[in-house]
Amino acid sequence: MGAYFSEIFLGLWSLLIGLGITFKEFFKPVVTVPYPFKTIKMSDRYRGHIELVEDESGEPKCIACMMCQRACPSGCISITTKTEKYEVEVDGEMKTKKRKILIGWDLNFTTCSLCGQCVESCNKDAINFSKEYNLASFNKEDFHFDLLNRLKERNS
Amino acid sequence: MDLTIFNAVIAVVIAIAFAAANAAYLVLAERRGAGRIQRRPGPNVNLFGILQPPCDGIKLMTKQLMIPGGADKALFMVAPVLAMAPAIMSFVTIPFSDTIVAHSMNIGVLMIFAFASFGGMAILLAGWGSRNKYGVMAAVRAVSQNISYEVPMLITVITVVMMTGSMDLREISLSQSGGIWNWNIFPISMKDGFMLQPMMPISFLIFFICSLAETNRAPFDLGEAESELVAGFHTEYGSMGFGLFFMGEYANIVIGASLITILFLGGWDCPLGLYPGVWWFLLKIYLLIFSFIWIRWTFPRTTIYGLLNLSWKILIPISLFNLLLTAGLLKVF
Repeated sequence: MGAYFSEIFLGLWSLLIGLGITFKEFFKPVVTVPYPFKTIKMSDRYRGHIELVEDESGEPKCIACMMCQRACPSGCISITTKTEKYEVEVDGEMKTKKRKILIGWDLNFTTCSLCGQCVESCNKDAINFSKEYNLASFNKEDFHFDLLNRLKERNS
Repeated sequence: MDLTIFNAVIAVVIAIAFAAANAAYLVLAERRGAGRIQRRPGPNVNLFGILQPPCDGIKLMTKQLMIPGGADKALFMVAPVLAMAPAIMSFVTIPFSDTIVAHSMNIGVLMIFAFASFGGMAILLAGWGSRNKYGVMAAVRAVSQNISYEVPMLITVITVVMMTGSMDLREISLSQSGGIWNWNIFPISMKDGFMLQPMMPISFLIFFICSLAETNRAPFDLGEAESELVAGFHTEYGSMGFGLFFMGEYANIVIGASLITILFLGGWDCPLGLYPGVWWFLLKIYLLIFSFIWIRWTFPRTTIYGLLNLSWKILIPISLFNLLLTAGLLKVF
């Protein structure tokens, strides 16, 4: 008999505690935002698609060493370069030297798995993750990013 | 009271308008309340979502009414109407204040409970008529639930009727006028001589729980348990068939809150005996409705065993004890 009543009272008490919690929550400010009109700041560790990093002069830090292209398990990075000859003065005489310059940095985001191997492998910290998440399209081509162009557009 | 046909029609139209407006806007209130409790805003476009109910209504009305193959057409069509109509009928006899009542009957309590028992019938017909296994299972559950919760509810009502000596809702309210200490929920009554009614707050609690169960509200919404029965008895209903079930549910909630107010909380009486009127009645029913919403978004759904155990092992013995105690005390004092 005592167990019967204590069960009722303890049960009722636990229900009241639950009601108290939701009543307090009722008056707290909301934590969501109306999405298309307001957005929240993405956290530092958020991984969007990769983006090129610029140096002080606004040029990409990338030196086209191709480490990221080799590291990518999905093969979605393709870097195009061209060799440029230039003259430099060494010990009083002019010499012709060659260097590689970056002319295209294409990311095929349709096959990217966001593993981050490219960012890990980069020796110059020239790529990092963007905070972009509004990625939806009916066209496959919209996910073939030309990161060099994106960098230029960002700077202009 | 002089009741001509014209008066009766006006009263019924007002009752329907009140029920429909409440049903529509309580859905909004429910969703806003759910949102606040879960710390999100809920429907908030155009001034607190004031246009949400009309939009929902238009959407439901323009949809096609589908009747599943093999369903019993007559039962399938009649069930939503049966869910809505008794709720509206009950509004006719509810006194909102001393003078605002469509038709005051001397058996108002009996009438409301007679109509309330149609709710279980509507669910049974909906589940059975739609030829859906989930519907049938939900109907079976809901009927066993409604039967087991009608017993303690009616025993509690008998207790109140015994104390008042009347089945007229207006009389019951009038007998509690004059302040919170005269209300039926108060354990000591000083109305006509000193009287103890120590179990009345518990009776109020029992009646409150039973009205939650009778209106199929969470945590007793076993009839539409989404997680296990798809949508329960209204799985096969779309468009306005579903809309009528929805409106019937909210109209029933208003009826339940009004009954609790009239039977236990003094109807239109002010707690301190000042300015009694319809505003106190509305304030009380909306506070009760808020607590219904609050409870719905706090507790998870009970199991069917827990539900029936609560009724047969706890609510019925306590309400029976209260009935005997009240009868004895009435005899003594």
